[in-house]
Amino acid sequence: MTNHWNDLQHTDCALIIGANPAENHPISFRWLTKAKENGGKIVSVDPRFTRTSAQADVYAALRSGTDIPFIGGMINYAIQNNLIHKEYVVKYTNASFIVKEGYDFKDGLFSGYDQTKRAYDKTKWVIETTEDGKPVKDETLENPRSVFQLMKKHYSRYDVDTVTAVTGTPKDDYLKVCETFCSTGKVGKSGTIMYAMGTTQHTVGSQNVRIYAILQLLLGNIGLPGGGINAMRGESNVQGSTDFGLLFDNLTGYLAAPKATLPEHVTLKGYLEKETPKTGYWSNKPKFVVSLLKSWYGNNATADNEFGYQFLPKGNKNYSHINLFNAMYKGELEGAFMFGTNPVVGGPNAGKEKEALGNLKWMVAIDLWETETSAFWQTGAGSDPSKINTEVFLLPASASFEKEGSISNSSRWMQYRWKAIDSKGEARPDLDIIHELALKLKKLYANSPKSADKPFLFLDWNYGTGEVPDIDLVAKEINGYDLKTGKLLKTFGDLKDDGSTSSGNWIYSGFYPEEGKNLSKRRDNVDTGNANYLNWSFAWPANRRILYNRASADPSGQPWSKEKAVIWWDAAQKKWIGNDVPDFKAVTAPTEPGGTGAFMMNKDGVALLFAPTLNDGPFPEHYEPFESPVPNVFSSQQLNPATVIIEGDFNKKGGKAKYPIVGTTYRVSEHWQSGSMTRNQEWLSELAGHMFVEMSEEFAKERGIKNKDKIVVSSARGEIKAYAMVTKRFKPYNVNGKKVHQIGMPWHFGFKGFATGDTANRLTPHIGDANTMIPEFKAFLCDVRRAD
Amino acid sequence: MVELNLSRRQFLKLSGATAATLAIVELGFDDKRAYAKTKEFKIAKTTVTPTICCYCGVGCGILVHTKKNEVVYTEGDPDNPINEGKLCSKGTTLRQLYTSEKRLTKPLYRAPGSSKWEEKDWGWMLDTIAKRTKDTRDASFVEVENGITVNKTEKIASLGGAALDNEETYLLAKLMRGLGITYLEHQARI
Ligand code: SF4
Repeated sequence: MTNHWNDLQHTDCALIIGANPAENHPISFRWLTKAKENGGKIVSVDPRFTRTSAQADVYAALRSGTDIPFIGGMINYAIQNNLIHKEYVVKYTNASFIVKEGYDFKDGLFSGYDQTKRAYDKTKWVIETTEDGKPVKDETLENPRSVFQLMKKHYSRYDVDTVTAVTGTPKDDYLKVCETFCSTGKVGKSGTIMYAMGTTQHTVGSQNVRIYAILQLLLGNIGLPGGGINAMRGESNVQGSTDFGLLFDNLTGYLAAPKATLPEHVTLKGYLEKETPKTGYWSNKPKFVVSLLKSWYGNNATADNEFGYQFLPKGNKNYSHINLFNAMYKGELEGAFMFGTNPVVGGPNAGKEKEALGNLKWMVAIDLWETETSAFWQTGAGSDPSKINTEVFLLPASASFEKEGSISNSSRWMQYRWKAIDSKGEARPDLDIIHELALKLKKLYANSPKSADKPFLFLDWNYGTGEVPDIDLVAKEINGYDLKTGKLLKTFGDLKDDGSTSSGNWIYSGFYPEEGKNLSKRRDNVDTGNANYLNWSFAWPANRRILYNRASADPSGQPWSKEKAVIWWDAAQKKWIGNDVPDFKAVTAPTEPGGTGAFMMNKDGVALLFAPTLNDGPFPEHYEPFESPVPNVFSSQQLNPATVIIEGDFNKKGGKAKYPIVGTTYRVSEHWQSGSMTRNQEWLSELAGHMFVEMSEEFAKERGIKNKDKIVVSSARGEIKAYAMVTKRFKPYNVNGKKVHQIGMPWHFGFKGFATGDTANRLTPHIGDANTMIPEFKAFLCDVRRAD
Repeated sequence: MVELNLSRRQFLKLSGATAATLAIVELGFDDKRAYAKTKEFKIAKTTVTPTICCYCGVGCGILVHTKKNEVVYTEGDPDNPINEGKLCSKGTTLRQLYTSEKRLTKPLYRAPGSSKWEEKDWGWMLDTIAKRTKDTRDASFVEVENGITVNKTEKIASLGGAALDNEETYLLAKLMRGLGITYLEHQARI
């Protein structure tokens, strides 16, 4: 989230799309309700009339997988009706930048496309620069090669009639959404977009988020209270675990993992040159990288050995979830660790993921429960144990309140959890398990003369002398030290690239500024202004609560409006002041060079309407899902041209003739993710005890299905049984004159726990987004029949 | 040490009715008076520890009341500005993570081809896991590929971590990358 939960109360309009917070982030509604009391509006856009829709002022339905047409049409509407915040757009985005000849867009393809590689040559999408490397601009925005004009032209194709013919949204509802949300483009108003996995789990997932950001920038909604782009995280610490580098392509703090495929990455020097932009805050990257290496390799990281850079693994491919399971399916993996994760229920095409586990030699599962994943070899999973040779180690883990440590919520607030009770039975905290395993491995490798063992032997591992690690030492290592004085660092601004500082995760640096002062433990809940609660816990980066808050002030440094003030330039004190930590150099005057660069992480200090960095184009463009019941109306490109397709048995594709129904998945309030935590508890199991499939009355009638009937849902990947839930919450869509049905189902169920049921992900495909490889869980084709 | 706002806590203990209303209103009970009485009794001599809900990314505060190695009661933390004492159905039932009979309490091992779990002790489990890790790593480790130092193994994967604490995710990423593991993924992807 650019903003935070308490800040929602300041919004004039919340556009909730690809998310159902009333169900899945229930307490967020405490603040949305406050916003309503303050006169704000709630708009809910969802394939289904959800519990969020029931709380909304405006509801509009859309067919799964059509966010880009929906929002593209709003962009067109805002531009055509002059509702954009022009000065914000001119000064704080790259709207005025001139795009070089070479960029083009025709029939769904941007220039530079290579069909055989299914990839673009991004050097065709370049901003014109002057000799000193500065972008060429036209602040009138009239130049036909300006980003603004190219964007305007791109989305002029997204007129209301075409859009609603694709999304299936009733036109009146669509116009109501446009009117309500685009009214936040006025100075003195702010609107927020709240989203979750309904947005990201598509083959165009990244571009779905991008198009929300473009709309928000045009309306001048980023950096303001009650504004922003707010991703609601589904897990209590999925924010933190991402920040801490648990995805293959990022080290901690969003530093790129070195790659064997990039010749520059052969040396640290080359890596830093390649990865570090010349301007913007990321120009400090070498300080973050070297300090991380010092945290990981300690005294073994010296200037002479590139601070241990060569010890880091260099991959040569995309190792993300789908590819990982494909490799396992093909027998390329031998061992796997599963830390509180349950892909046999939660993974795409879960039947295949279950099969893949049988190709492992050994698997370690660390969990509070026996899950469908650790029990994948049992007959209950449809397996024959005698044929599965995987050795399985299941380690009992402590619950969250049986240990201590911090977690980071969606608002980036790092809050502390104290230990309330000893772990149940022999369960142990993950921290202890990881630590002891590391010590045992260190022992096994001790004194090895092999060069292959050096990288691990040189890994610095000093968390006290006992079997149980000293968590405080871990926390301090994350914060980082001045290695000359041994003192804790007060801010990441003090990091150096010469090996004299350390920090395990630069974006968190400053949360532990001095001995005995772990700021994530702060519990001062006095409102420090505008509900930012600066003395409650710690928010990364730098305890900042609203990201890009420089954009809440105009170029001269004064708030665009009194109502939406966050920080402003105080000429007398010669610094930025306000009710949040400035997302800006606190002493840089608006009149100084860079003084209006509200998006300082980007190299030119502006936000990118035109983003030449994505794999599938600088502007979001609509393509149909991998499996879709209709042709793409916008171009002859049916599927995202940059999406990687895995052919064969691992990812069977269904056609609309056999599978005419659009399927999607979602969650219910009582269960959590794959259900392993909640289906193993009595009350929640009783509250939501059965697997069901929700469908419209019209569809049920067509198929002769009654409420509570046992039905079978099938896709090219598999079949599941469930109860029919016939409701008014789904309605057939009118897509280009054709009736399209959609159904939906929760993905929480499996064969373990008190509440059991078939696993929805047996139906979903192994295809991912062109940028992130997030699986397309949210739109697939299926069919439905009565079970008897 | 936990820096609890004591006066607020004392106030809550003294006014059981208020606290009960805060805590259970989401579940829809209405017999406030009776409940307040039982609750007053229940939390009379408990230790109170603040925690954060382990489910969604809202990050609601919860107070855990314990007595003699029992979790007697949990309730929304009225001092946490995010939820001000309110919880949804999942946060409300936090206690059952401790009391559920389904909790794993011992390490379990399943041998190749076997149809059952066997109980093992921690020492044996971690020793064996360390051995398996080392064997696989040693047999698959690549130091140099096409003339480039790569120091990796592509035969071990590590998945998960979104439910772990930050300190745990930090050590996990450090250990796995330290071993040269490239298949490192977690729930942010799915
Ligand atoms: S109580 Fe409910 S809303 Fe609050 S963090 Fe837990 S799951 Fe999320």
